[in-house]
Order: sequence, then C-alpha cells, then structure tokens
Amino acid sequence: MIEVQNLTKRYPGRTAVNGLTFTVGRGEVVGFLGPNGAGKSTTLRILSSYMPATSGTARVAGFDVFHQADEVRRRIGYMPENNPLHLDMRVREYLKFRARLKGLGWRRSRERVDTVLRQCGLIDVERRIIGQLSKGYRQRVGLADALVHEPDLVILDEPTIGLDPHQIRSVRTLIKEVGKSHTVLLSTHILSEVEMTCSRVLILNRGSIIAADTTENLERHLSLDGQVIAEIAAPVAAVREAFRDLPGIERLEVVEADGAYTRLALTPRDGEDLRPLVFEQVRQNGWKLRELTRSRHSLEDIFVHLTRGRKEEVL
Amino acid sequence: MAVFLALVRRELGVAFNSLTGYVVIAVVLLLCGFSLVDIVIKLNGGPMDGPVVALFYHSAYFWLILLPLPSVITMRSFAAERSSGTYEALMTTPVGDWQVVLAKYTGAMLFYLLTWLPLLAVLAVLRQVTQESAFLEFRSTLGAFLGITCIGSLFLSMGCFASALTRSQMVASMLAFLMAMGLWVLGLGPDLSDTAETSTTRFLTHVSLMRHMDDFSQGIIDSRQVVFYLSGTLLFLFFTARVVESRRWK
Repeated sequence: MIEVQNLTKRYPGRTAVNGLTFTVGRGEVVGFLGPNGAGKSTTLRILSSYMPATSGTARVAGFDVFHQADEVRRRIGYMPENNPLHLDMRVREYLKFRARLKGLGWRRSRERVDTVLRQCGLIDVERRIIGQLSKGYRQRVGLADALVHEPDLVILDEPTIGLDPHQIRSVRTLIKEVGKSHTVLLSTHILSEVEMTCSRVLILNRGSIIAADTTENLERHLSLDGQVIAEIAAPVAAVREAFRDLPGIERLEVVEADGAYTRLALTPRDGEDLRPLVFEQVRQNGWKLRELTRSRHSLEDIFVHLTRGRKEEVL
Repeated sequence: MAVFLALVRRELGVAFNSLTGYVVIAVVLLLCGFSLVDIVIKLNGGPMDGPVVALFYHSAYFWLILLPLPSVITMRSFAAERSSGTYEALMTTPVGDWQVVLAKYTGAMLFYLLTWLPLLAVLAVLRQVTQESAFLEFRSTLGAFLGITCIGSLFLSMGCFASALTRSQMVASMLAFLMAMGLWVLGLGPDLSDTAETSTTRFLTHVSLMRHMDDFSQGIIDSRQVVFYLSGTLLFLFFTARVVESRRWK
C-alpha cells in the first residue's frame, strides 16, 4: 500500500526526514512512533501529497505522491495534526462538504455521511456546531472526515493528542475498528497507543527509522536479559544448590525473602525463557512457589533505549 | 464543477456563519446612509451637471467603503485557513490549486456585490422622495455598478493574493488595503500636478480610478478600462495561484 524509498526532506538549515525507506502492506495497522520533532508529521504530509520530498520516492497504492497527487489524495483519508475542522459548521454539513470536495456525488455523499456518522458514533450530535463539541467528539468528526470517501489508506497524525483518558479509549477503539477494514498509518508519541492499536511499529528518531518490527518482536529482541524472579518456600542454600549447575543460566542470585521464602533471580545466557525450568525444579523438590515472573521490556523501555542514540544495538 | 460550487458555498457560509459578515454589511449600510445625507445636502445647494450617481462616488463615503471593503472580505480567505490548519485538510483533498483560488475569489466577489446592494436602495429612496427619474436612471446606475464591480474585482484579487502570502489576517488586510490605496493615490497624481501633460501623467490618468468611475457612471463603457481591470484581476489571481502552488515547489 505504501512504498517509501530513500525519502528525504530538507528545510533550510535542517533535515527533517533523512533517507527513509519502509513499506506498509494492505490491511496493516502501522504505528509511526517517535519523539516530538522526529519527522513523523513531515513524512505523513509528504505521503498525503501536501508537500513534496526533497529527494526519494513515495508511492501510495502504486501512485507516485508527487506526480500523481490527485490519484493519491483520492485514496487517502488524512487527519492532520491537531485535527483542524471548520468550527462554524454543523457536523453533518461539514462531512457533506468534505465528501463533495473528495469527489463524491450528491446521493453518494449523503449515503456515506450517514454511514460514517453511525460508524463514528456521531448520530446524536450531527446537527450540532462543531465548535461547541467536546474534543473527543471533534476527534471523531476528524476521523469520520478521513473515512467519508472510503479511502484505501487512512493516515492519522496524533489522533489522541489532548484528549482525556475516556476520550482516548473511545477514539482508540474506533481506530481499532477502522483497522479491521482499512490500512492505517498512525503517528503518535504515546507508546501504549501503539501497543494497543498497531500490529507493526516504525520507530523514528531524528528523521531516520531506527527500528521496524512487530511490537512483540521488538519486545523479544530487546529484552535479552529476560531476568526471571521466583519466590520459593525453601532454605536459601537448598535453592542455590538446585539451580547452580543448570544449563543456560548466566547469573544466579539468591536472597532471603520475608517469611520462610527465598527470592531467586536468574539471568539467562541467550535470552531463553527460564520460567518452565524454574517451575520444573520447584515441582521436583516439592517446594511451594508464590511468585514467578519474567521481567519484560515494555515498548516504553525499548523506545527510550533506542531514541537515546544507541543505534548499534538496533536490530 | 460540483467541487467548485461546494467551495464557493463554503466561502459564503463563512461570511454568514460568523458575525463578521453581518458587521461588514452593517458598516456599509451605515456609510451608504451617511452618503445619502451628503447627497441630499449637495442637492439642496443648487442645480448641477452630471449624473446624480456621481455625487455618490465623489463623496468620501464611497471610497471609505470601496478601498477597505475588499481587503476586509478577502483577508480571511487563505490566511485564516492557514492559521487554523484547515488549509492542510483542504489541500490534501483532490481539488486543484486553481479551483481553490477561483472559488475563494468567486465567494468573495459574491459577498462584495451583496454588500453594495444598499446603494441601490439609497438611489431608490431618493427617486421615490423626489419623484425624479434621474435617480436610478438605468444606464448610469448600470455603469456605476459595472465600475464598482471592476474596481472591486481588481481589489479582491489583490486581497486574495495578500491573504495567500501570510497566516495573519491582519497583515493580509493591511497589505491588500495598501495595494488598493496605492493604486487610488496614483490616480490622483494628474489632478495634483500643475505641469503639462507628460507620459507619466498620461499613464497616471490611465489608471485613475476616479476618472474610470466618471466614465462608468455616464454609461460609457470603455473597453480599455475593462481590459485594465480584467487583466489586473487575472494577474493577481495568477500570483495567488502561484503562491498556493509554491508549497509543492521542491
């Protein structure tokens, strides 16, 4: 759906996007993650044919975003950053106006407006003036606008920015819903958003992609230490004895915990999950177990880890 | 065409969805009212030559409306959309740059013409009161309105251009007003100088808005003047389209 090759955008004195290369397949929901100023919005603006790249190519549904801009725009539903809307218009009126701009005929635009009003939960407010709506509703209007002409690709630039937790949740649910039937490219700097809504993530920093993978893979690759913690009802010495010579263990720490329990921390040598091994040992010895966890890197850790500039550790 | 009409409707909607449009109309109405008083005072002073409508545009009120009005109407056309971000939403739909420029210009033009309608009412009132057919005489009224349309057309295109250059409505309106005022002041040149006719004064006479209005209100439609306004309008619309297009320059 999206093919980007060596995309570069330079502003006077600053390179916003530097040699970006990535693809997004049909039906994927991809998160575009990066700190503020990483070049996310610039890339999305180029993809939506708003402005040209300095060099490189980008194609959407096989059409070049610069030379075949109209074809691209017909296939994209784009919600710009901060979701700009005509605040003086009524919801239905606005969506109808946008549908007409996007080339839908009179009858078709009416049908589609009805559909997206329902889809985005806007039926109750369809006659209200947009400027009087809450931010959550406005965001839904922006999303309905992006969907009104049945685009192949939906591009959302920071769709949940400035919303309260309830609104964020409902907008995310809506995005997930949209993701079932559309290709979605979503930019955000909120990590949990990507974890919740996206199947794949592109991490962008200072204009370059520094990681691109599924969220699970990123977590797996970057949680190499994968330390396992267990609390076992047995003496310290016995626990140390039981685990000392097991294969695949890099480091072993045993300390006394409260009550009759011993706290065990195991670090694997090659990222292997040691939990089954621990459980097996506990079972064989007939001990009691009250905790067994594996430290897991959240996307947040990965993000901080990657964007600090330790690029040599990137996949 | 459907897209163009949707855009024009939107432009008119902007004027009437907010208070601004009504305030503009009210101010024009007020100034027309003052000019009516002015005309009545002048007519009481004794008989005079020339069309009655000339009294109107020789008064300061006429220029007080005509010079700033287009800049006020067009100031928001591009600048407001750019500052609110809706410009980006507009320009990522499959509409052409020229389509946007022409729609904004057409919307502004329609609103501009609408604000001038009170002038007809002023003339109609005078005619009714005085039972004098010289008021609202067909040819001179048509001529005067053509003049208003021509001058307005040029000023509105300048306004669109100014609005496309900046995000600030204030800057856009000042810029448009300065351009309009500049052209008007140029036309005053020949009247102010005592020197004999030179190529400069001939040129200045040629662009004098006052003289154009004199001709128009006598029912004289000089093609040179029409061409002057039409080409000026097209030139500034072309500039506007280039500014709009410039975001796509590499």
